[in-house]
Amino acid sequence: MQIDLKQVEEAAKELYIRALKRLPPDIKEGFTGLVRRETSATGQSVLATMIRNIAVAESTDNLLCQDTGLPIYNVEIGRAVQLDGFALKQAIRKGCERATTEHPLRSSVVHPVTRKNEQTSCGPRVPVINIDFVDAGEHLSIEMIPKGSGSENNTFLHMAIPADGIDAIKTFVIDCVLNAGGKTCPPTIVGVGVGGTGDLCVHLSKVAATRALGSRCSDPEGAKLEAQLTDAVNQLGVGPQGLGGDATSFAVHIELAATHITMNPVAVNMQCHSARRARATWTPAGLEYGF
Amino acid sequence: MAHYDFHMPVTEAQVRALKVNDTVTLHDTLYGIRDATQIHMFDRGRTTKFDLRGHAVVHTAPNVRWVGETAAAPVGYEPVCVGTTTSDRMERFTRPLMEQYGVRIIIGKGGLRQGSLDAFRDLGGVYLAVIGGAAALETTWIEQIEDVDLHDLNPESLWKFRIRGFGPLLVSMDSHGASLYTDVNTQARERRAAVLASLGVKG
Ligand code: SF4
Repeated sequence: MQIDLKQVEEAAKELYIRALKRLPPDIKEGFTGLVRRETSATGQSVLATMIRNIAVAESTDNLLCQDTGLPIYNVEIGRAVQLDGFALKQAIRKGCERATTEHPLRSSVVHPVTRKNEQTSCGPRVPVINIDFVDAGEHLSIEMIPKGSGSENNTFLHMAIPADGIDAIKTFVIDCVLNAGGKTCPPTIVGVGVGGTGDLCVHLSKVAATRALGSRCSDPEGAKLEAQLTDAVNQLGVGPQGLGGDATSFAVHIELAATHITMNPVAVNMQCHSARRARATWTPAGLEYGF
Repeated sequence: MAHYDFHMPVTEAQVRALKVNDTVTLHDTLYGIRDATQIHMFDRGRTTKFDLRGHAVVHTAPNVRWVGETAAAPVGYEPVCVGTTTSDRMERFTRPLMEQYGVRIIIGKGGLRQGSLDAFRDLGGVYLAVIGGAAALETTWIEQIEDVDLHDLNPESLWKFRIRGFGPLLVSMDSHGASLYTDVNTQARERRAAVLASLGVKG
């Protein structure tokens, strides 16, 4: 399968704008579940405002949140796809820039030392482009995630030791949620990376935080931990926006990797209630947009 | 739990009347301010042409569209999406904003810390919570971008918005030493041990 890179550029632009405007159906359903369980009046009123905001964004064709985030593109390439990988990265970057200047969107991206904003949502190594090769045939998919800073600023890595065991992981997750309070715009999805190297652990926490609600960790131990921790964080009473209530998190998601005999790393990355993502998929039938 | 409608600017007495869990809706004028705005104002010696006395500032950096100067867009910018950012990063600017510029109301999300709570008590100020991430809704409360200062910092300029019915916003920190964030945080920390025990963590 050949891919038209001009179409990739258009899709990279379109995906950024779509992601900012429409919340995926699993997140909307997640809200319904939280409303059903929320016992605090403040919590109920905060959730109601969030749900109203989703409707206003749709009816006014506006962005859900002002924060256009750090742009992330996750690319999955099937086995029967031929393309020039470098040109693909250039096309994505160009599309990201065009979304920013043509919509227009706020460029939230600055040089880390000079703090200069090029007004393009691009800079050194940004947009983040992750590429993976998957066991599928004629299949290319690009997922776009505008990662808001309120939640991203609450990213933590703890290089625990084997003697601390699983207790260290559980305690760290609870403490991260406590320390984040309302700063992450709860209800959140708490992404937890367990194992790997330090950098892989943090990366996995992001993968977990941006996974669709309702999905489970493919490892049975990870899935068990997800269920336990989801219940636990929602006992803390942080609540929507940190103003108190039951709905602190939609879910805790875990992704894990094997680690070293001497290591026990755990990382936490949060996703806010504006858990935005959009996906473009190419198959022999053509290009299709979804979540 | 009372509700107030404020036509900006306000007096110290109006602000001191507010207590946590009251709600407030603002009208007329609101200023938008952000990290870089305040870094330049308080660390780099820049000043603003705006008279902020008695006014409210919202922690924001809006999405705007350049349309050229018209009657509807006096400085050439139209609002696209105006929301609110996490206030905590701007904690150290609360007191100078109030002392040097006379700001009375700070609007943001996630709350501020003890230093700000002290400043609210000493100088007569209040923090109003807007729902973070509800920017599409918040944008419908903004009528116009009336003016802009520290323009080179775009999107972190100092924005002057004309607003109508901006709210209702929850009073979450008041001038009497009360903070919903401290209350919620204290309660959550009290539950920590029980939550860890329920996970089988040995203390
Ligand atoms: S944390 Fe999320 S919802 Fe909150 S302001 Fe940032 S992007 Fe928006």
